[in-house]
Amino acid sequence: MTPTRHEFRAGAQAGLPFILVIAPFGAVFGVVATEAGLDLAQVMGFSFLVIAGAAQFVALQMMVENAPVLIVLAASLAVNLRMAMYSAALAPHLGSLSFARRALVAYVLVDQTFAAASLRYEQTPPRTPTQKMAYFLGVAAPVVPVWYLATWAGAVLGSAVPPGLPIDFAVPITFLALIMPMLRSAAHVVAALVSIIGVLLFAFLPYNLGLLVAALLAMVAGAETERRMAAR
Amino acid sequence: MSYDAWHIWAIILGLGAGTYLLRLSFLGLIGSRPLPPWVLRHLRYTAVAVMPGLITPLILFPQATGGAPDPVRLGAALATIAISLWTRNVTLTIFGGATVLFGLHFALN
Repeated sequence: MTPTRHEFRAGAQAGLPFILVIAPFGAVFGVVATEAGLDLAQVMGFSFLVIAGAAQFVALQMMVENAPVLIVLAASLAVNLRMAMYSAALAPHLGSLSFARRALVAYVLVDQTFAAASLRYEQTPPRTPTQKMAYFLGVAAPVVPVWYLATWAGAVLGSAVPPGLPIDFAVPITFLALIMPMLRSAAHVVAALVSIIGVLLFAFLPYNLGLLVAALLAMVAGAETERRMAAR
Repeated sequence: MSYDAWHIWAIILGLGAGTYLLRLSFLGLIGSRPLPPWVLRHLRYTAVAVMPGLITPLILFPQATGGAPDPVRLGAALATIAISLWTRNVTLTIFGGATVLFGLHFALN
């Protein structure tokens, strides 16, 4: 097997457990969006064009409240501003690929693919940009199609999902599982703590902007800790 | 919901296009131009800076309970952290955390 294929397979393997999260999350979106009054094409339009559960739910929630179109867009796009941070973090790894390839990676840039890839990219031995792309697309391979399928199933099959199950919590569990292995230096721990404290302190800001403020502070805290530890 | 179909599609297309541009932003513009070391040093912490903040409110104030702290979800979060430290394996941690979540749910409800 070529190293590129090997990376794709390793990525797909890393992506498989995310199905556990993506499937219920997508199905719930399908159910809730259909109950809110969207037709099947609109529900699927969301999941094909946006592929971002949190932002889709924010948009839906505000649509149920009949907010003006521009306000719905501003609030749900604010939730996705973190994607620009992910994009910047990937640029040093994937920036030398052709524009078409970067454009493809951008389409499947979601929390899960980013987190799994950033874990992989810091491991040795260093991989080529093509191998890194293969890993990224490998993680996306099970995740993104299941997102479409689950949304469709939720929209069509309706509320066959038993009510009251804590499936919303599948999201924090996967992210915890991804974050814990990243905390391998004091600087990473400091960044995570600042992120947690920051998001609680800035929870009063509208449109989820508190998360962005907390994330920026956490990045500075992590980088500054790294610089001071290296200087010592 | 009282929108025209036109409004709904404006939201879907606007959110889709905007989200895609955010995803492409740096990846598309910077390309292979080298970034200064201080920028790279900050970018190294992107994942640990965003994700803990993203999930903290979901763990402490879940929407499903109207924002009230919930022993099932808190217990599952703590168990997930413990399983991660113990197994050091992402897949096992996800399955273990989910098992504890549903176990506690059925035990306590």
